[in-house]
Order: sequence, then structure tokens, then C-alpha cells
Amino acid sequence: MIGSAVHSSHRYYLRLAVLGVSRAPWMSALMVLVMGIGIGGCITTLTVYRLLGGDPLPGKSAKLFYPQLDPETGTLVPHSPPDMMDYTSAVALWRSHRADRQAIMTSAPIKLLPPNASQSAFMTGMQATTRDFFPMFNVPFRYGGPWSAADDAAHARVAVISSRLNQRLFAGANSVGRELNLGGGVVRIVGVLRHWRPSPDFFQVAGGRFSDGHTSEFFSRVPDVYLPFFTALRLDYGHFNVFNCWALPSNFNHLRHAPCNWVSLWVQIDSRAKARGYLDYLRNYSQSERALGRFTHPTNVRLMDLMQWLRYNDVVPADVRLELLLGWAFLLICLINVAGLLLVKLLRHSGEYGLRRAIGAPRRAVFVQCLYETILIGTFGSILGLLLSSFGLWLVRQQPVAYASLAHLHTRSFLLALLISLASILLAGVWPAWRVSRTSPATMVKQL
Amino acid sequence: MLEMRNLSKIYRTTTVETHALRDFSLSVREGEFVAVTGPSGSGKTTFLTIAGLLEDFTSGEYVLDGVNVHGMNDDQRSRLRNEKIGFVFQAFNLIPDLNVLDNVEVPLHYRRGIHGAERRRRAIDALERVGLSARMRHYPAELSGGQQQRVAIARALAGSPRLLLADEPTGNLDTAMARGVMELIEQIHREGATIIMVTHDPELAARSERNVHIVDGMATGIVEEPRFRSTLQERTASDMPLAGR
Repeated sequence: MIGSAVHSSHRYYLRLAVLGVSRAPWMSALMVLVMGIGIGGCITTLTVYRLLGGDPLPGKSAKLFYPQLDPETGTLVPHSPPDMMDYTSAVALWRSHRADRQAIMTSAPIKLLPPNASQSAFMTGMQATTRDFFPMFNVPFRYGGPWSAADDAAHARVAVISSRLNQRLFAGANSVGRELNLGGGVVRIVGVLRHWRPSPDFFQVAGGRFSDGHTSEFFSRVPDVYLPFFTALRLDYGHFNVFNCWALPSNFNHLRHAPCNWVSLWVQIDSRAKARGYLDYLRNYSQSERALGRFTHPTNVRLMDLMQWLRYNDVVPADVRLELLLGWAFLLICLINVAGLLLVKLLRHSGEYGLRRAIGAPRRAVFVQCLYETILIGTFGSILGLLLSSFGLWLVRQQPVAYASLAHLHTRSFLLALLISLASILLAGVWPAWRVSRTSPATMVKQL
Repeated sequence: MLEMRNLSKIYRTTTVETHALRDFSLSVREGEFVAVTGPSGSGKTTFLTIAGLLEDFTSGEYVLDGVNVHGMNDDQRSRLRNEKIGFVFQAFNLIPDLNVLDNVEVPLHYRRGIHGAERRRRAIDALERVGLSARMRHYPAELSGGQQQRVAIARALAGSPRLLLADEPTGNLDTAMARGVMELIEQIHREGATIIMVTHDPELAARSERNVHIVDGMATGIVEEPRFRSTLQERTASDMPLAGR
């Protein structure tokens, strides 16, 4: 019985809300429009921000670490360790197998000669890495799998290719066992990835803090070709990018022993205690290298987890952060306007609310009635906002930025959007409803 | 039914203190028809808002149907107002977007324990009492002033209140319509209602049983008018609510 009474009240308030909206259709439409634009703008910017600033490997990122060493000599001012390692250090740490998993990596463009003679050669992105790269980063395979540790050791001529490249070269068919001509050598395909687009492509992130917020390249597509690290060095000789050098190399084509940082090491450590142990190991390594005279600095090592590393590199582009701030500010302005319009609309009918109070409606009932009207307007505003955010994200996808194709409203963003809409409705509606409900019924009756 | 003892109401601003009611006492018996008169600014409206629990008083005591209303919070006052008082306003105050039936149902939506079918039945009964059941689907704008005031009276009666408060109920009506509305109020009174009517009009006041004249916030004179005395004496179950008789 009580349930049916509550249901009946809600139905009554809803009916009054519909009446309230329909008796001022233009004003209601204006409020819906203002709220929709505010919510749409905010959700668009927030979605982009979350896509770019989110966790690319939820559930695993806390176990992935990026070790840093400081091999540089001659720098007097204390400084952060460089974002990449020299070859000697990276390979030594990788070979030590002190972490649960570890992979060294670097990237370079590589020339690819398609198996189909009718297609011409092209340059494509290549990731030189080691076997653990794939399980460590949860890389999904469509066909085959990663190469073996023995392949790493034997510098085997094997490769993993992306689904995109597989589509381009083999029309999406299972190409495991097929051969590719890469950088002048022939490799056998052992694995084909499923569509994989981490955001950002975190394993390539480095040097973000020097880029003045222009970090959109961190969101570009992942490489199409993956080669065993040492195989890649042989096939793509002389094409690797250097992060920095602390002395002039005698020959840029011989990076192995050059005073340059150009290799990344990622490790997976499954517990915090082990991570502390690994940091001690890095310190010991640094001290031993110093004892050998290769490092001259006092020990300067770091071990950040994935999300710390992304924050350290300011991966979210500065313009996206600014847009987010503007989006929130715009929503706030829209809500203030909607609240003002609502107040005007409700006060215009203060006589009715005064009458209801006079004939027995408690403040709560008037408040709820007003809130229902707000909720109705807010619901339409939210729907419009969601539609506009879809349009806004479509506009983002048309922009010439690396992250453009990522801009979609995903489930979590959608739920967040609903939360923002609900909060917006309450923010815009509570105050006017409260104001109207607090007005003395006596004053209103005297005005009638 | 209504007992006010030494009531005062003072409106204060930073510079002015206005005594709207001073040491005001009034007792209204069950089934009585009392007219409250007085010049503009005398305190009639203040009396009405306090009697109708729309406003609190500064000092004194007010007992409505055995309930001392002093210190009640807004929720309690709203509930008491809804259950025990029916209002008839000078300007009818119907909600233009609701049809006649929905207008009459309004107070019942705030009454606990009255749901859909019962609410509708009570509203239709009330409309039948004022002779407007045939117009229940009409909107206020489609009715004459007199009919609108009848709807307002039906709305006041629908909740079966113990007390009917009428504020210049014929003030916005022409003579013919005013006569009809006044006859309806008299009929409701004859059926047992306790009515307090605030009016400027001495002719209307003369149709009540008792006139209370207010000047400067004080009851300055009470005139007994036995016009309905005989009718009053005929009644037997005077402590019953207005509706349902």
C-alpha cells in the first residue's frame, strides 16, 4: 500500500513536471539546449582526457616498472637519470633476469618489401624487443605467438606483425610461416597480433617532459613489425634513434658501445617487496659500474611503475588538459545559467507553489515537485548532451592529431557521462527548488 | 474548535516594528459561522494567516481542534493545515493547467492514506456538493468567476476539513455570482461546517452568526447575529468533519 502511494506520488510529480515543461516550451527548450551543450562539451573533453590519461594496462600497470640509470659523465649539476639506457647497461640488466619478466626495446623505421610483387616497398615502424615484451604487456595474438627465448639468444630471423600489416600484406589470412623481406633480410612470421592499440603506446614513451606538452605522438599507432632485439640490430643497422649522448660517438652506426642512451628496459615485478629488491639491485649495479670506471656519477637510479612513468612524462598533451579545464568551466557556466532560468521559471509560478503550501503541501513536497521538473529538463539536456558529445568526439576524430582515432565514447566514459549529467541536474536544480520551497506560504497567499 | 488567547504578531525590520495583532483573543465554537471585519491594515489578513497556520505568531496561545500549534515545525503545521483547514481565497487560486477535477484533488495529494480511487471519489463528491460535477473535465479558464469560486470551495471541502477559512470569497465576483457563492457557503454552514470569513463587506458579514471587528490588530467588538441560530440548534452531530455528512 505504501509502495503504491509512493508510486502514485511519483506519477503525480512527473505529470506536474510535464505540465510545467509544456507551459513554457521555449524556456524549457532553452534550458535543455544550454544544459545539453554544457554536458556535451564537458563529456567530450573529459572523454578525450580520460582516454589519453588513463591506465593503458588496468590491473597490470602496478607490476610494470621502468628502471633508469645514470651513466652520463661530465655533468656537474645533479639531474634526473636519462629516460633511456645505454646499450651495455640495458643488455646487462636484461640478461641478469632479476625481475619476473624483462624486455629491452628500441624502435626504428625499417624498409619492407611486400611478398606480392605488385606492391612496392615501403617504410614501416619496427619494434626491436625481446620475448617477454608480449606476455608482459598482454599483447593479444590472432595467429601464432611470440618467438621463443631461444630465438632471442640465437638472433633468429623471426617476426611478429600487426593485424594491420597482416591485412595489408595478406588480406587478413593466417600468415604464420610466411616470409617477409625486411631491411634487406628475410624473416619468418611466427605471430600475428589482434588489433592492439594501447593508449598511450606506453612502451615508447620517453622524453615527454621536454616536449612542452606536445605529446600527441605518444598516442600514435603501435609499430607494425616486431623483431628480436639482436636480429633487428643486424637487419636495420644504423637506423636506430638515439635519445641522447653524453659524449660525441665515434660512429653513429655503432651504437652498441657509443656514449649514448637509446635502449629502454621494462620489467615486470610481481610484488612491491621484490620491486624494492630490484631497486637495490639497480643501485648495486650502478655502484659496480662506477667502480669499474664506466659511471662517474654518484648512484642515481630510479624505478617508476607504469603510471608514475606516464605522469613523469606528462603524456596527456597540454592542449587536452586546457580543453578539459575549459570544458568544466563551460559546464559550470551553463549550469549557473540553467539554475537562473529555472529559478525564474519556478518563481513565475510561485503563486501555485504558495497555494500548494497553503493547502497543506510541506516544503519537502514542493521541493520534490520542483526537482522533478528539473530532472525532466535535465534528462532531455543529458540526452542532448550525450548526442552532442558523440558529435564532439566525431569532430575530434577529424582532427590531424595522433590520438584522433581513439576518441570514442566507451562504456566507462558513458557511465561517467551519466554521472556528470545527474550531478549537473542536481547542481542546477537543487538551489531553485530549495528557494521556491522555502518561500513562506503566507507571503504567497497575500500575493495571490 | 478554534481558541486564540492573547495572540500577538509583530513584524520587525531593522528600523520598524509593526504590531499586526495585539493581545488578540477569539473563540470559535464547532459549527459556528464567524465573520471577521475591519478596515484595510487592521490585521484581518494576519489573523487569517495565523488561523490558517500559514504563519507563526509572536506570543500567545492558539489551539485548533484541541491541538496547541505553538512550536510546531513546518511539516507538522502543513499536515495539520491539510487535514483540518480548507481555504477559500478571494482570487479563487485555481491552477490553470489542471482541470477542475485535478484542481479539487490537489490537497488530497498531500494527505496520507488517501490514494487514487479514494482521492477521485472525494473530489467528485465535493464537486457534486457545489453543483459542478458536470464540469469536472473543464479547465478554470472555461468557467465563469462564480463557477471558479465554487471549484475552489469544492477543493476546500474535498479534504473534509474541520474549519473553513474564507478570505473575501465574493470579492472578485459580480453581484449575481456573489449571491450564488454566498448561498453555497451558507448551505455548507447549514450542513455543519465551522466557517470563519474575512470580509470588508458589511452585508456579507451580516449573514454570519457573529461578527468580530478588528482595528489596529485588536478585536474591538463582537456582534452576535442569530441569523442561523435555529439551524445551528437543529444539528445533532456537530463534531463531525464537513464532508461525508
